[in-house]
Amino acid sequence: MIEIRDLHKRFGHVEVLKGVDLTVDMGKVVCVIGPSGSGKSTLLRCINHLERPDAGYILVNGHFVGYRVVGDRLHEVRELDLCASRASIGMVFQRFNLFQNMTVLDNVTLAPKLALRVAAADAERKALALLERVGLANKKDRYPNRLSGGEQQRVAIARALAMEPRVMLFDEATSALDPELVGEVLDVMRALARDGMTMVVVTHEIGFAREVADEVVFMDQGVVAERGPPSQVLQAPREARTREFLARLL
Amino acid sequence: MSSTASPTLPQQPGTPRLDLPPVPLARPGRWLAAALVALLVLWFVWIVFNNPNFQWRVVGKYLFSKEILDGVKLTIELTISAMLIGMTLGLTAALMRLSDNKLLSTAAKGYIVFFRGTPALVQLIFWFNLAALFPRMTLGVPFFGPDLLSIDANAIITPVVAANLGLGLCEGAYMSEIIRAGILSVDPGQREAAAALGLTRAQAMRRIILPQALRVIVPPTGNQIIGMLKLTSLASVISVTELLSAAGLIYTRTYETIPLLIVASIWYVALTGLLTIVQRLIERRLGRSVQDAGPATG
Repeated sequence: MIEIRDLHKRFGHVEVLKGVDLTVDMGKVVCVIGPSGSGKSTLLRCINHLERPDAGYILVNGHFVGYRVVGDRLHEVRELDLCASRASIGMVFQRFNLFQNMTVLDNVTLAPKLALRVAAADAERKALALLERVGLANKKDRYPNRLSGGEQQRVAIARALAMEPRVMLFDEATSALDPELVGEVLDVMRALARDGMTMVVVTHEIGFAREVADEVVFMDQGVVAERGPPSQVLQAPREARTREFLARLL
Repeated sequence: MSSTASPTLPQQPGTPRLDLPPVPLARPGRWLAAALVALLVLWFVWIVFNNPNFQWRVVGKYLFSKEILDGVKLTIELTISAMLIGMTLGLTAALMRLSDNKLLSTAAKGYIVFFRGTPALVQLIFWFNLAALFPRMTLGVPFFGPDLLSIDANAIITPVVAANLGLGLCEGAYMSEIIRAGILSVDPGQREAAAALGLTRAQAMRRIILPQALRVIVPPTGNQIIGMLKLTSLASVISVTELLSAAGLIYTRTYETIPLLIVASIWYVALTGLLTIVQRLIERRLGRSVQDAGPATG
């Protein structure tokens, strides 16, 4: 489903990713944990090509994102092809990033209408169903700044789901929320995992990882330091730095 | 004096009347200043209306005369067309400046440096005299190719065209900086979210970035339009009969200089007032998604 091999990424002099390998199978939930600056957000942003890797490759659904193979080399694809790849990868951001100039409903229907050419009526019907699913159908005509952080993030999840993605990426989706609002967003994510969505979740919510993840990946200083089922990585970590990180978190 | 007894308490107040609002603090200085200003205004009005040299009767006579109204019409037309040229150029230059391509952004920078750095008056005269540089304008294959069409430059560059070019090109340089600031004011997360959803950069710009940038772009643009309204008076030097020229043509004939300048001023103030009202209405409309931003619910 997602296959990452030997991924490198540097910003100026700082090498953020130093050769990351990761495989996510269809329908699995992988939680990526690690100290800030360990490269976990950058890894996630490379998957849908918001960041352009310097070396290594990423396959999603068997396709290179942002590249195609010509002869023995990777060539950058045209913008429309990149957009088509991104359309099948949903992403949820730490700071929601709802379109401020649009109502909740328009936020959810915009991309299906523009990128997938879905008819307006169909897009709206689907959007209402999704908003119902995240419990916000009654707020469809609000502007984002009238919603709480938790509500905004649930709309952002509905917006991503409206594209019918095959993979969902969550970039610290609950880190910007007031503590009492974290639960409602995690509930939606939990339901999504239960429905069989393939998910890569960068998170600090160890409880969520323990409960929902099929695999936990601990990143440190640009590499995958440890990986395995949550029972092993979170309960009985082999690596000293994993133990250190978890001890600091709890 | 040497008593060490407990300090004296301030006099116990009676129970204040809570059914009446508190008495506001008296501010005599403020009143005095206000009275002084009122006096000055009255004095000024008295001088203006009692000085026969202002010739208010003449002002009344010309305020709605055909020559002046034609001038007003041309001033409005010139303002609109020069602003449209300026906004189009400004948006183009702003997008070019934000481009990753060095040549595009440098070209836009050069345009801004040149046209912001030269006075509008110089440009008007320059464009008006373009025929001196290029006596004939040709349409054809660039460099050494054949000409398809060749016209006398003076036939194309009429005074009104020269005014539009000079004012529009100048305005474009200012508008591009305003538009660029507007685009940069939008949270980069908006662009990322659009990209992650599979929208193209052009779609994101049109549907998400520019609509949000408008909130920052509109207020200074209103100022620019008002400035342009008055800048069009420069076109009088290249014999465009806009409002100021129209007034000038009359007073060179009748020597009623001051009353006719007053006529022109009244029109400029009236048009500026109208534009200010329109600007407020647009700003209120744009602010909709922000202004109803009361406390979040839930």
